[in-house]
Amino acid sequence: MARFGFISEVGRRLAKGPTVYYAWVGILLILAATGIVAYTKQLQQGLIVTGMTSYVSWGFYIGNFTFLVGVAAAAVLLIIPAYLYDFGPIKDIVIVGEALAVSALAMCMMFVTADLGRPDRIWHLLPGLGILNLPRSMLGWDIVVLNGYMFLNLIIPGYILWQAYHEKPADMRFILPFILLSIPWAVSIHTVTAFIYNGLAARPFWNASILAPRFLASAFCSGPALVILLYQIVRKYSRFHVKDEALFKIAEMISIAMAINLFLLCAEFFKELYSDTHHLSPLQYLYVGLHGKGVLVSWIWFATAFNLVAFVIFIVPATRKNFATLNFGCVLTIVGIWIEKGMGLIIPGFIPAPLGEVWEYVPTTIELLVTIGVWSIGLLILTFILKIIVPIETGEFTQRTVASTRLGPSGVVA
Amino acid sequence: MSDTQDSLTKKAPISPDGPAPDQAEGSLPAKRQAVLPDRRTFLTGIAGLLGTMAVSSCTWQEFFQQQFQRMTKKEIEQTVDRLQAEYKQKYGKDFVVGTESPIDGTLFGYALDIQRCIGCRRCVYGCVEENNQSRDPQIHYIRVLRFRDGNMDLEESNIYYDPEEVPEKGYYYMPVQCQHCANAPCTKVCPVRATWTEPDGLVVVDYNWCIGCRYCMAACPYMGRWFNFAEPVIPSDQVNPVTHYLGNRPRMRNVVEKCTFCIQRVRAGKYPKCVEVCPVGARKFGNLLDPNSEISTIIRTKRVFRLKEDLNTQPKFYYFFSI
Repeated sequence: MARFGFISEVGRRLAKGPTVYYAWVGILLILAATGIVAYTKQLQQGLIVTGMTSYVSWGFYIGNFTFLVGVAAAAVLLIIPAYLYDFGPIKDIVIVGEALAVSALAMCMMFVTADLGRPDRIWHLLPGLGILNLPRSMLGWDIVVLNGYMFLNLIIPGYILWQAYHEKPADMRFILPFILLSIPWAVSIHTVTAFIYNGLAARPFWNASILAPRFLASAFCSGPALVILLYQIVRKYSRFHVKDEALFKIAEMISIAMAINLFLLCAEFFKELYSDTHHLSPLQYLYVGLHGKGVLVSWIWFATAFNLVAFVIFIVPATRKNFATLNFGCVLTIVGIWIEKGMGLIIPGFIPAPLGEVWEYVPTTIELLVTIGVWSIGLLILTFILKIIVPIETGEFTQRTVASTRLGPSGVVA
Repeated sequence: MSDTQDSLTKKAPISPDGPAPDQAEGSLPAKRQAVLPDRRTFLTGIAGLLGTMAVSSCTWQEFFQQQFQRMTKKEIEQTVDRLQAEYKQKYGKDFVVGTESPIDGTLFGYALDIQRCIGCRRCVYGCVEENNQSRDPQIHYIRVLRFRDGNMDLEESNIYYDPEEVPEKGYYYMPVQCQHCANAPCTKVCPVRATWTEPDGLVVVDYNWCIGCRYCMAACPYMGRWFNFAEPVIPSDQVNPVTHYLGNRPRMRNVVEKCTFCIQRVRAGKYPKCVEVCPVGARKFGNLLDPNSEISTIIRTKRVFRLKEDLNTQPKFYYFFSI
């Protein structure tokens, strides 16, 4: 009975909202539908509809996947201070970070599925039914850690919210082990994703031991930047209250992560430029072009400039504590890292090809539409999750409030 | 057209209609009337499905097919029969889909005389015909790199040369294909073990098990793997009906394929096609475990090198200088 009440209340809450909510959901639904149509076309004709070739065999889908794994991993940056050091203001928004992680993971899974040539054979990956090539394949490990992280990010907030819904305190003896586990696990998802590329001797651009640390550093910039923006939207449209102090603390962390990120980039530049071997070619392709080809050159310079400006904004307390400049810095960080850890990481890995050819890659309209579709579905998931969990966190949506709407104020069935 | 793809293309049209409107809370007989035709339709549907499956069970068999190494003898026989029927229907020819196993005491190796090769690319086209490579989009397992004399920088090499006559003065040629590495990065990375090294050293792909993630292509340092981005096209009069399950049988779209040293030929005691068609005898092939074979003699007595040996891929493909 109570469960039925919960589900119908969830449905009611999802269907109700201000005009801006309807407009937002409506736009996302249209974009998602367009993406599904584009994906159907890809299924019908094969991956030929993408810009990928046997030379550049991964493209925009895998670029977005890599960026989003970083976003999902960044939830840990919020969990560590919140639970371990009991830093109150951040603790409130951990749930929002975890909601972001869940939707980012869902997008990751959609992106890899979109990239698969034979999604009909996805069952070949299921241990038992198919074969998961463990421990040898890093892609196999990635499937394990991403699903494990998804589980952790569902069970931790799920349990806390379940208790909040029933207005009971969370039993830390039960949930703390999961919280502690989620910290190394978050590091592992982005590390394993880095290792997918890192372990390939055929691709010198990826085959640098600095790759995994660089992944983590950049993830700890873009993920929290998204959280800062997201939280401001949430508190604008709900009674969810979190102090500015928490946001400034996150901005401070971003400044440290960005400093490390830029330092590691310099370290990589030094090694390649000073030794000046053929390993330099992909970096050359990315930053100045190679053999007259370089579609990514302007993009990567924009990304570099974005990251530098964002770093200045985050490091200076005055701009960090001003919402106009802070939000601008967040947008610059997100776009900058998206370019750098997306196309800027995947494509130069394939250029030049192992036997020296320079074949370029540009995503096709179908790829762009599918990508927009996946992002729209991901944002829909995020919107719906927040629509449910925020009122539970604020205590507006509990077993008692559900019961009181079902029963009239006098206790008579309405 | 493969059945799986057929079913794929027909899959998942999103219905614009919502669920059927609920039956009005009418009297009991009215409700029963509404239910009965539904049940009949359902039973007819099940019968139809079972019937279709009994007549042409291709789709389901192909969908649920196991990885080749895990199949029992009987499953392999059934699969081969099904494939032969499918290819006959598609190309109008009687196909042989061989499943010959490796011969004990055999480890295949390849050698290429870099001083003899004239860059004519007959190997490239012989390979395309023998191995049923797609003509459109075009796939070539062998790529002949042209270098300027005195240079072996891969980034300076070129495969798009078109002279009146070969060999050209001032150039030499180096054909590259799958190197059949003993320590193959491509098989290591495959998440579903759709590609592996056979006991006789051939690196093969089960096209029906490949999920099309293309990780093996990212891992290969030799451009040894190719992806069928679209449905492969081979004119019926050009298709080679003598095939092997792990080799040159017609492939489907969105899977990876590669050179297998002509598994269908070498396990039957023949040379690979590229060895056979080379007009200057630059290509040598044989058993590395036999100390008296031509390949073993070449490796022992000539100046040999392997491509990118620093990557420790341990290719079984040797380049050598005959003089």
